[in-house]
Amino acid sequence: MNESNYDEIMQLLCDRLNSLTNSEATVTPETNLISELSIDSIKLLNLIMEIEDTFDISIPINALADVQTVDELAGLISRIKSTH
Amino acid sequence: MNLLEKLDAAAAARKAMLPDGVGAFGIPIEEVYSATEAKIGERRVLLLGTNNYLGLTFAPECIEAAHQALNHEGTGTTGSRMANGSYYGHRALEQEFADFYQCSAGIVFTTGYQANLGTISGLVGRGDTVLIDGDSHASIYDGCILSGAEIIRFKHNDMADMEKRLRRLGNRTETTLIIVEGIYSMLGDQAPLAEIVRLKNKYNCTLLLDEAHSLGVLGETGQGLVEKTGLLNEVDFITGTFSKSLCSIGGFCVSNHSQLDQLRFVSHPYIFTASPSPATIASTRAALALLKNGDNLRKQLWKNCSQLYERLKTAGYELGPEPGPVIAAILDNPKQALQIWQSLLEHNIYVNLILPPAAPDGKSLVRCSVNAAHTTEQMTYVGDTFAKLYQQILEH
Ligand SMILES: Cc1ncc(COP(=O)(O)O)c(C=O)c1O
Repeated sequence: MNESNYDEIMQLLCDRLNSLTNSEATVTPETNLISELSIDSIKLLNLIMEIEDTFDISIPINALADVQTVDELAGLISRIKSTH
Repeated sequence: MNLLEKLDAAAAARKAMLPDGVGAFGIPIEEVYSATEAKIGERRVLLLGTNNYLGLTFAPECIEAAHQALNHEGTGTTGSRMANGSYYGHRALEQEFADFYQCSAGIVFTTGYQANLGTISGLVGRGDTVLIDGDSHASIYDGCILSGAEIIRFKHNDMADMEKRLRRLGNRTETTLIIVEGIYSMLGDQAPLAEIVRLKNKYNCTLLLDEAHSLGVLGETGQGLVEKTGLLNEVDFITGTFSKSLCSIGGFCVSNHSQLDQLRFVSHPYIFTASPSPATIASTRAALALLKNGDNLRKQLWKNCSQLYERLKTAGYELGPEPGPVIAAILDNPKQALQIWQSLLEHNIYVNLILPPAAPDGKSLVRCSVNAAHTTEQMTYVGDTFAKLYQQILEH
């Protein structure tokens, strides 16, 4: 995995999630996307689409099923990006 | 939380949204009077929540054919075709579907759900890709999951998004199956098939079209969207169900690709389940004959569709983008949707209530299914009742 690529993705995810979430806590790599952030599923789907466009990738929905944390999401995006 | 406690939690979340006895799961149908009326509780109710598009549930030809098959072949086949063999009816119906679509072969499945499960999981597997419309039916999603292929979704009917995703696939498009529906069951809108075919050819993919809601409804002989658009020869695989315009239960896939036959040997949803019962096959064959020659039924159906669509639109409802046998009033607020649904039932009209997350984009739907057996008077009554409820509930 390309480290700078991962860092860039992580930074973008944290920024976007912080602006979307209503909760006080700041988003970290360990934050659980589903249980810890009060973001509804439609906003999350929209965010995923925005990320897909930013990195010019498609994230398969079956791969998304294994993602719980921000770190896992960043890892997935980074992997897809690097195989393109 | 143990397994049962998890179910309790899910049930509590459901009950918070829908009181017991409300919504499709709670509706007890005591008696069915005709293709358009039934007894629900103590009421004689007008049915606008079924997929009986051609109104053939009581067609004498179908009932007679089913009786004959019951008498001659018994109640069930008691097993899979792989183990127990194929009855004459199974083979005849497959040929009739192939002929109807001018295809070289057809396969019959036990349900429409299994037709999608079996076709998709037979066509693609691990390492392949499926590109599906975001509003796809659960049978398409489940078929994709069963297949093990990578599932990529494009925005509903959005061809720019679809092309973007095809481009991102690079040289994997050759092993990509695109899946779309003739008429979408949520909003009743049709797939832009000409553009889909253009992209399928440009990127060299394979195309599967589910005509579940469009069979019997679109096209001169009722083939569906392929006939309406004249693109029959451009679609690789067509699936559909017997449970809507054909008024029984079962499903099919037809194709001109000789490889279709291989599905019989690899597709678990075809192999590991009992074949359709003789009576089911017989009534479906009779219904398919009526469907092909059902020009008058289609004329009446479309007259009803236009009448109700226009009436609801002028009443102020937000609707799907085009008229069709599925007409959905789109509401922002689930409480209002529930209130309209309940009031309609109090006015002896049964429609479908669809709440998030089943409805797209977080909306709620009060969805009508129109059929050819509905009379102009019935459509007027339904339209007027909707209009009255708009004023009472939504203008407050
Ligand atoms: C688009 C679509 N495909 C497949 C099916 C499955 O058909 P069946 O209910 O006959 O199993 C349905 C209906 O439920 C559907 O709406």
